[in-house]
Amino acid sequence: MPNIESEAQLKALIASLSGVDAVGAEARAAKLSTRSIKKSTKLAAIDMAISMVDLTTLEGADTPGRVTSLCTKAMRPDPRDLTVPSVAAVCVYPDLVAHARSVLGASPVAVASVATAFPSGRASLAVKLMDVREAVSAGADEVDMVIDRGAFLSGRIGQVFDEVVAVKEACGDAHLKVILETGELVTYDNVRRASWIAMLGGADFIKTSTGKVTVNATLPVALVMLEAVRDFAETAGRTVGVKVAGGIRTTKDAIRYLVVVNETVGSTWLTPDLFRFGASSLLNDLLMQRLKQQRGAYVRADEFSMD
Amino acid sequence: MSDRQLANSQLGSLEYDPAPESAAIAKLKPSYGLFIDGKFSEAEGGAQFATVNPANEEQLSMVAQADAVDVDRAVSSARRAYDKVWSKTTGAQRSKYLFRIARLIQERSRELAVVETLDNGKPIRESRDVDIPLAAAHFFYYAGWADKLDHAGFGVNPKPLGVAGQIIPWNFPLLMAAWKLAPALAAGNTCVLKPAETTPLSALVLAEIVEQAELPPGVVNIITGDGSTGAALVDHNDVDKIAFTGSTEVGRMIQQRTAASHKHLTLELGGKGANIVFDDAPIDEMIEGIIDGIFFNQGHVCCAGSRLLVQESVADEVLRRLVRRVEQLRVGDPLDKNTDVGAINSAAQLLRIRELTDFGVSEGATRYTSSCELPQKGYWFAPTVFADVSQSHRIAREEIFGPVLSVLTFRTPEEAVAKANNTNYGLACGVWSEKGSRTLWVAERLRAGVIWANTYNRFDPTSPFGGMRESGFGREGGRHGLEAYLNV
Repeated sequence: MPNIESEAQLKALIASLSGVDAVGAEARAAKLSTRSIKKSTKLAAIDMAISMVDLTTLEGADTPGRVTSLCTKAMRPDPRDLTVPSVAAVCVYPDLVAHARSVLGASPVAVASVATAFPSGRASLAVKLMDVREAVSAGADEVDMVIDRGAFLSGRIGQVFDEVVAVKEACGDAHLKVILETGELVTYDNVRRASWIAMLGGADFIKTSTGKVTVNATLPVALVMLEAVRDFAETAGRTVGVKVAGGIRTTKDAIRYLVVVNETVGSTWLTPDLFRFGASSLLNDLLMQRLKQQRGAYVRADEFSMD
Repeated sequence: MSDRQLANSQLGSLEYDPAPESAAIAKLKPSYGLFIDGKFSEAEGGAQFATVNPANEEQLSMVAQADAVDVDRAVSSARRAYDKVWSKTTGAQRSKYLFRIARLIQERSRELAVVETLDNGKPIRESRDVDIPLAAAHFFYYAGWADKLDHAGFGVNPKPLGVAGQIIPWNFPLLMAAWKLAPALAAGNTCVLKPAETTPLSALVLAEIVEQAELPPGVVNIITGDGSTGAALVDHNDVDKIAFTGSTEVGRMIQQRTAASHKHLTLELGGKGANIVFDDAPIDEMIEGIIDGIFFNQGHVCCAGSRLLVQESVADEVLRRLVRRVEQLRVGDPLDKNTDVGAINSAAQLLRIRELTDFGVSEGATRYTSSCELPQKGYWFAPTVFADVSQSHRIAREEIFGPVLSVLTFRTPEEAVAKANNTNYGLACGVWSEKGSRTLWVAERLRAGVIWANTYNRFDPTSPFGGMRESGFGREGGRHGLEAYLNV
């Protein structure tokens, strides 16, 4: 793995990355989304997608009761059918981590917490690190940090890098997901650069979005990030995961992402350890489509709990 | 000999179940006649030939073999329709018919896509997403021109030529029919169209559409047959214009036979397109562009980017990524919606591809062949890349017209241009760079009719297409495409 020792070195490395042709990247994503996934492949893809969900609630109005409901659902998405896999994690604000941890107990479902002054990231590094440490000590297995988009866009990429390094250190054993907030980075070139900065800084995952801005995960953005993790794995020898978040609500959407993963980085990444969906309403659609595949008919939306 | 089979890559292991489109959608008939004077009729001599599905060698249908008598019937019918009806219609009336054809192609697009894939061997994804929509788009586009010819830049009230004989190839059967018919009809000509021997079916469905659209009888005649039918059409004295798309060899013959006659001629012939990759190219999109450039339609594309000229400093990296991507292409049943590369159109074409690739190996190029499994029956050729190719190799000079890419290197922009232009052809080139000024510098110096920047094989009815030197002359598409069918 390249050891970054100075901002100049980091800048040179980032400047050496190939550009992204926006038209080409969007055309490639659109082409991949015409893949026809049917029958047993569809069922397998649905179960795979369920196991990759970070079941998320990030509202000011969140309550312990809501988190309890979410955790229960995370462990047994469909109580009538125990063959449905549990989701990968529940994702909450730091103050609800302890509660989620106690509900989930020894289950394999992880607790993920957003931190570092989520979603804007507009706080001092000290405050951000405190945020992270609190989440980790409350029992978070995974930390979803946000990068400082202001610093990135004004060219202070050394600052972005240093923050990732510091947060990674504060995480201890917890896995670090770095949210790029691609909707604010705007260009694919920026997405590729920010991906590399996050990975060089020690990210275990790079994540598209907070879900709190207008533009969230898109297929071409995911494609560019997957290309980045593929190239990073080849040059640095470390596999980094990708999490797409925000606006993914249907099984069809989820399967399109899986196809892009499959045909960009390959099967190695088709595991919850390396690919995640940050979503809430997606899970119910996955459950509904799963039943549709089995029964041949749709059931009512109210067959599944709302959260 | 250095034939390296690639190790199975990790890519693509979410195994996709077969997702075949149903062949029954094609609603093929056991046999088709000639479409002359608004109705289907048997060939005068009663001769027929079979058209087969190249993916499994099964017979799809029998079609009529038109001889010189049939050609004469078709041309006479077109002449009558021109004199009595079509030359007297207004542009707005012609436009109405063209819009009808365009809409009917859209309405029957699924059927047409399946017919095209069955008869040609191309993946259903391409016939569904490219061939058929583009064919409809061409009719829509020229429908818009029919009543605006005064404003096309060819003077006031430009006149049509008369009867156009149009001979099209097997690589994009319906699309090439649309490229030929739409501008000819918009300009006020009547047509005798001869589809290729191995792919007559979509043109015959188009004949049904012409009937459905209630075009006056004889305005469009579609006659099937082999080379002798085409020759009879070229030689017919009452034809005013010959438009041909196909091989340079046949094009040369046609030009000789029409020389010193009243016949207007446009030719769209072969090519050996160069995709030029500079070290600052957007690498992932460039790899996709190279793949599209050579493996789109199994490389059966006259403007295919069959030569890759890559800057030496990035050659290894580009080749490594390219080979990895080639390995990922899904080759197989053309009707499967997830197939990327389909069947070679005919046994004869397969033979030619094999012959030339064998030459590549014996001339010392390094061959990479996809390890994909090929179906037992049918005509198949695994996607292939040749590295270490030099300018003098046959695979760098001759049109292979198959899924075979030759990779060469260069060091300076001057060398790239010199190598790209060092060919008898001049149809299309691609330039890949993030530096606009260099792209323009190179594009100015390339001798080719079409130059794509950071993309390849993009077609649009508004954009003229055609070649220079041995790639032919005349333009199809856009305002320029009208010129080929107007007396200007």
